[in-house]
Amino acid sequence: MTLNGMIDGAPSTAPAQTTPTVALFVTCLVDLFRPSVGFAAIKLLEDAGCKVVVPASQTCCGQPAYNSGDREDTKAIARHVIETFEAYDYVVAPSGSCGSTLKKHYPELFANDPAWHERAVRFSQKVHELVSFLTDVRGVTEVDAALPATVTYHDSCSGLRELGIREQPRQLLRTVEGLTLTELPEADVCCGFGGTFCVKYPDVSNAIVGKKTKHIASTGADMLLAGDLGCLMNIDGKLKRENNGIEVRHVAEVLAGMTDKPPIGGKL
Amino acid sequence: MQITSQTFKANTVKALADVDLQRALRHVEKGFIGKRQKAADALPEFDALRDNAVEIKNHTLKHLDLYIEAYVAKVEASGGKVHFAEDADHARRIFLDIAKRRKAKTVTKGKTMISEEIGLNAFLEENGIVPVETDLGEYIIQLRGEHPSHIIAPAVHINRDQVEADFRKFHVHLDPERDLVRPETLLSEARQILRQKYGEADIGVTGANFLIAETGTSVIVTNEGNGDLTQLLGKCHVVLASLEKIVPTLEDTAQILRVLARSATGQEMSVYTTLSTGPKRTEDEDGPEEYHVILLDNGRSGMLGTEFEDMLRCIRCGACMNHCPVYHAVGGHSYGWVYPGPMGAVLTPSLIGVDKAGHLPNASTFCGRCEAVCPMRIPLPKMMRHWREKEFESHLQPKAARAGLGVWAYLARRPKLYRAAVSYAMPALKLLAGRKGRFRSLPLAGGWTKWRDLPAPEGRTFMQAYAQSGHGDPK
Ligand code: SF4
Repeated sequence: MTLNGMIDGAPSTAPAQTTPTVALFVTCLVDLFRPSVGFAAIKLLEDAGCKVVVPASQTCCGQPAYNSGDREDTKAIARHVIETFEAYDYVVAPSGSCGSTLKKHYPELFANDPAWHERAVRFSQKVHELVSFLTDVRGVTEVDAALPATVTYHDSCSGLRELGIREQPRQLLRTVEGLTLTELPEADVCCGFGGTFCVKYPDVSNAIVGKKTKHIASTGADMLLAGDLGCLMNIDGKLKRENNGIEVRHVAEVLAGMTDKPPIGGKL
Repeated sequence: MQITSQTFKANTVKALADVDLQRALRHVEKGFIGKRQKAADALPEFDALRDNAVEIKNHTLKHLDLYIEAYVAKVEASGGKVHFAEDADHARRIFLDIAKRRKAKTVTKGKTMISEEIGLNAFLEENGIVPVETDLGEYIIQLRGEHPSHIIAPAVHINRDQVEADFRKFHVHLDPERDLVRPETLLSEARQILRQKYGEADIGVTGANFLIAETGTSVIVTNEGNGDLTQLLGKCHVVLASLEKIVPTLEDTAQILRVLARSATGQEMSVYTTLSTGPKRTEDEDGPEEYHVILLDNGRSGMLGTEFEDMLRCIRCGACMNHCPVYHAVGGHSYGWVYPGPMGAVLTPSLIGVDKAGHLPNASTFCGRCEAVCPMRIPLPKMMRHWREKEFESHLQPKAARAGLGVWAYLARRPKLYRAAVSYAMPALKLLAGRKGRFRSLPLAGGWTKWRDLPAPEGRTFMQAYAQSGHGDPK
């Protein structure tokens, strides 16, 4: 912690002078489906002066169990995540949804277990979603990337409403050379993914994502970005089914200037 | 009212294919949201008022027994009577006793969700008593033999053309050539018909938005004034209310009123806020001869002191459903009972049992918009999750889903095994997808691929790729 941080008691808002060690919480979807996002996150974190480590025994944040009502398995997974990550300066995830599970829901999960609750609270203070970590903690105001495209941005629910992420990605996207950001109508409305919801209630989920893709098409953008892979896979799957060739990518790929790989779901 | 929450999935399929309904639902999405936002933005202290409202209700719920006692004493001091109803059946019997004693033939009704909850209309008809709904929306619904699909806009699922057709069908004594194009003409036609009924009614029934312990007063808010006429012109006023409607003082009521209409319709206040205390006094010119309150429990006291207690703060403003993507997609009837949307997803399992209403807390994306706008800051997603936990504990979920989750959770807790499994599976899946980079269908993923393609994985997992990338082994 810097002297500055100690004095004003807010180490997490002042850009640190030293090199903090950030443990990357890859998230299971990025690990399995879109490793590019993990590499983009590493580049962005290193550019922001961090040393990045990737703890090898990570699997998932436990959300599928948590939202299915399986509290005991969730707790077991949460204890494992905390044990694996609590020693680092920061824990960063390229997802508002998983970030929020670690940050907001773990402490709640152990509400009746004082020892683990305290540990979960201490751990939660280190946890951040990637883009907001760059801007709010590391003080990043611009990125070194170029993309000659018009993009639009969908605000994923947990990031927006549980972690307050709205301006941060837009602020950094505006510094990407050649990029034009056009606002998505009803950007703050759910895309209908909802984890297991989208397979438990496929028809309802489809109606919701259908509204989203209509709005996306109305922007005329070349590319749709968001900060959560679950939403992105859902939206991309629907766009492709509608034969809409708008490219879909995680915002980190664009901010890191790593858009050489095919987009999510390939090209149309 | 017949419960169809068990067939939620089938209900939604029907709702999604209903063109009229889908057209009507767009108004919910377009109308309510912007109006609420504007009202909230125009009042700098809106969030502070919400906090205050939460405080008032939390305090009341903690001392509910005391406030109910105080309330009953005041009602009785003003010449009214409070009847405690254990459940729906009990409430209906109490009502019938009053109606029989008064030899009632017609009952006019202001808007009350408790009447829906206890199925009063059907019960009255079985007993030869004619219920007449006086709220325009409720009146339309009654003509159509339906139930409300929204707690503050009961006929929101019906469009103007349908109302016109209904009026022509039922109001046969009026000129068939009359002009009914504008919504105002529909309103005035309904008014004209209802005006005659108020004075003829033997009993006027209303709900209550608040029951004030300090004064023994019941409060209703309406936009049409029908509630006032119902309770004033009937010879006997019966208030149907559930016990969490109690608030300590008039001042508390005024505080909560400031967030109620703003959250509901974006109005600063509803057009009418009407307070009634007891029957007509000798010095009053108008008013009912008798004043009764049927105070319904129906499972609510069982929520006190549990993880569902916060739900009892609900003031029935409807903001949660107005902002719910699932409600916007499928409408209120899909939920299969009286209370739809996020508040219904929490309340319905408490009142009719999670075995019947198990779908409702599951049919949410947890997008959190309901909680963000709820004036009473009720953590709706968290409580839906509590219901899912109850279902999980009592093995109420589908077997296949449970088994799948079990395998996944087993692996997620064993990193080495998990790694081995996914390191093999992901490259295989990528191969299977071929060059396209996505699947149009995939065994076991039918829920996904019914409506969307499934993006294929890039190939190696991140962990594999990272280990081979020269970054060194993951730690
Ligand atoms: S849960 Fe909240 S938003 Fe929904 S009706 Fe009740 S008070 Fe209004």
